[in-house]
Amino acid sequence: MTEMSGADMVVQALVDLGVDTVFGYPGGAVLPIYDALYKHPTIKHILVRHEQAATHAAEGYARSTGKPGVVLVTSGPGATNAVTGITDALLDSIPMVVLTGQVPTTLIGTDAFQECDTVGITRHCTKHNYLVMDPDRLGPIMHEAFHIATHGRPGPVVIDIPKNVQVATGTYSVPEFIQHNSYRPQVEPDADAISQAIDMIAAAERPVFYTGGGVINAGPDASAALRQLVSLTGAPITSTLMGLGAFPADDPKWLGMLGMHGTYEANMAMNRADLIIAVGARFDDRVTGRLDAFSPDSKKIHIDIDRSSINKIVPVDLAVVGDAGRALDALIAAWQDKGHKARDLGEWWRRVDGWRATRCLDFPEKKEASAEIMPQRAVKALFDATRGRDPIITTEVGQHQMWAAQHFGFSAPNRWLTSGGLGTMGYGFPAAVGAQIAHPNRLVICIAGEASLQMNIQEMGTVAQYRLPVKIFILNNEWMGMVRQWQELTYESRYSNSYSDSLPDFVKLADAYGWTGLRIDNLGQLEDGIKKMIETPGPVIVDCRVAQLANCFPMIPSGAAHTDMILQPSDVTGTMDDEAKALV
Amino acid sequence: MKIKTEAGERHVLAITVDNEAGVLAKITGLFTARGYNIESLTVADITADHALSRITIVTSGPPPIIDQIIAQLDRLVPVHKVIDLNDAGEAHVEREIALVKVAGTGDKRIEALRMADVFRAKVVDTTLTSFIFEITGTSDKVDRFIALMRECGLVEVGRTGVVAIARGSEAL
Repeated sequence: MTEMSGADMVVQALVDLGVDTVFGYPGGAVLPIYDALYKHPTIKHILVRHEQAATHAAEGYARSTGKPGVVLVTSGPGATNAVTGITDALLDSIPMVVLTGQVPTTLIGTDAFQECDTVGITRHCTKHNYLVMDPDRLGPIMHEAFHIATHGRPGPVVIDIPKNVQVATGTYSVPEFIQHNSYRPQVEPDADAISQAIDMIAAAERPVFYTGGGVINAGPDASAALRQLVSLTGAPITSTLMGLGAFPADDPKWLGMLGMHGTYEANMAMNRADLIIAVGARFDDRVTGRLDAFSPDSKKIHIDIDRSSINKIVPVDLAVVGDAGRALDALIAAWQDKGHKARDLGEWWRRVDGWRATRCLDFPEKKEASAEIMPQRAVKALFDATRGRDPIITTEVGQHQMWAAQHFGFSAPNRWLTSGGLGTMGYGFPAAVGAQIAHPNRLVICIAGEASLQMNIQEMGTVAQYRLPVKIFILNNEWMGMVRQWQELTYESRYSNSYSDSLPDFVKLADAYGWTGLRIDNLGQLEDGIKKMIETPGPVIVDCRVAQLANCFPMIPSGAAHTDMILQPSDVTGTMDDEAKALV
Repeated sequence: MKIKTEAGERHVLAITVDNEAGVLAKITGLFTARGYNIESLTVADITADHALSRITIVTSGPPPIIDQIIAQLDRLVPVHKVIDLNDAGEAHVEREIALVKVAGTGDKRIEALRMADVFRAKVVDTTLTSFIFEITGTSDKVDRFIALMRECGLVEVGRTGVVAIARGSEAL
């Protein structure tokens, strides 16, 4: 219990909560907190160039460490610029605390300079938010906010702090033990449900594990438990975009990602399975395809920490509410207690191998040195060149993101940072900044598209300022490739505004910011170019020119079933009915 | 292409929440953001220390949507408890109050007063040319009374929306 200013309380709480890094941008309404930070050199403040980037950097920090990301921005435009990243964190369940300055309480509601209704605007894109009207409440609210952001299903929490509350003095208090009076998520799974689940798993003839970001959020132990359970049961496993890395991609039980750009074998296995074990995944529309054709003959077990995810889209036979890691541990224990033995799944695996034989991720390419680079080849070459270096990979959003998900093999969690739910172009580069801050000695690569990258390209300045060795690998096809691909699929190739016109010279741009810039023009330069990127100290931007009109396959077109995958460009008809057109 | 909508059934939800600024906006915003219906909503604080409010929401939707509404409400940080009063075995009592102003003279005025008596509506204000009736009951009863008053010079209606509570000795 100490008397201090609100601003000092904010910083003291950050220290007490073990926060080492804050991503932010100063402004009038947070000047007292910035002044308090000035006196606290133990907290590293990373000055971004745009508040949206602060939120994505915090997401990158959080996703790569498992710790909450912290953001500090000013009122008005500072807060509104942060909204995209806050929403991104909500949809991908990323723990984040965003501190926003606000005009003094006496001016709230008067349309004051740089005033906006931050709690109103962020009410539905946060897990919870606060407007602090009394400095005595700052200590408890700061601690409660971190508790809420990191417990249960993680998410972003906003604390809006009026300037006079930052200046006024009050009593800083730390709650000894946080038990929220209403928010108490169920972490431990129900024992009966676990018992039923393990019997269903042991009895299944055609089981598939379908795992998601919840396994990553549950920590590295959850990934280890997943591996053990999969190994005990002998069942195949697929995962969502957000779940990549929880299970090693080089394991023979790995089917690859499922869904719209998932593998043929993963989607067929989901369709023909008699049991689906969903762990920390939420049956997103990118995953299910047409709902009435989604895995029609299976029983479904859904393990999720968020009860509202259960039966939201796909009705399931057995719900297990709880932390994915605890549930997996409990399943393993129940398997052993009951003396279950893995069934002979030979017939099921023979069918899976049959689907695998389509080699759905193969792509046509020319092999000579002067040939244009297929984007898939560029990702594969990057993967090959970084094996053994345990890189952290971030992506922007679009074709390059899907190619990275398909062709880059992850073998551990927290190495794959991508915007899944919100699909935010401009996420990947600042997320790489956040990951690099958290892991100064690791190789952090942002696989980018030339269009997405430009949405937060100003962060090249941040990277230069903090001398971060971030690598940006642009798959430059001069198109908003995914938009163009959909225009080919749906609108008979009427390319409305999808060409990336007037691109900068990325090599010169690198030079302007004090980075190293490289260009790779053809297949013969690919390996050396990547090697040079990795070996060059400091930040590097690689403008890798790839085949302009390559499209991302396989693909389940919107409104189609898992069994109706487009495997080849020649399967594309170029038209679609209105029902399908209306789907995103 | 036509956009299809699904028919639903009516449910009454009782929700206890922290009595704090913004909580009501959070609840109603959840309904609009996710496309759920609100037929009526009432809210008032219910504890001696003013810490808790009780919200009664009448909504409608197919059973899976009702389940989803409850789960979505339940995970909001300031929400303490959500009860579906239409759940099997949860018989409940519903009441709504309406204030109904009727203007007129002569036979219509007499007829209005007679029907108010049949419905056990109270006269809470009167002038030589008007009455204000207070009627309490289920929404159906209130609806029927208002429909009759339309024939007798109805000029204005104010309704509270439904409050409801489960029968028996158990608390929410």
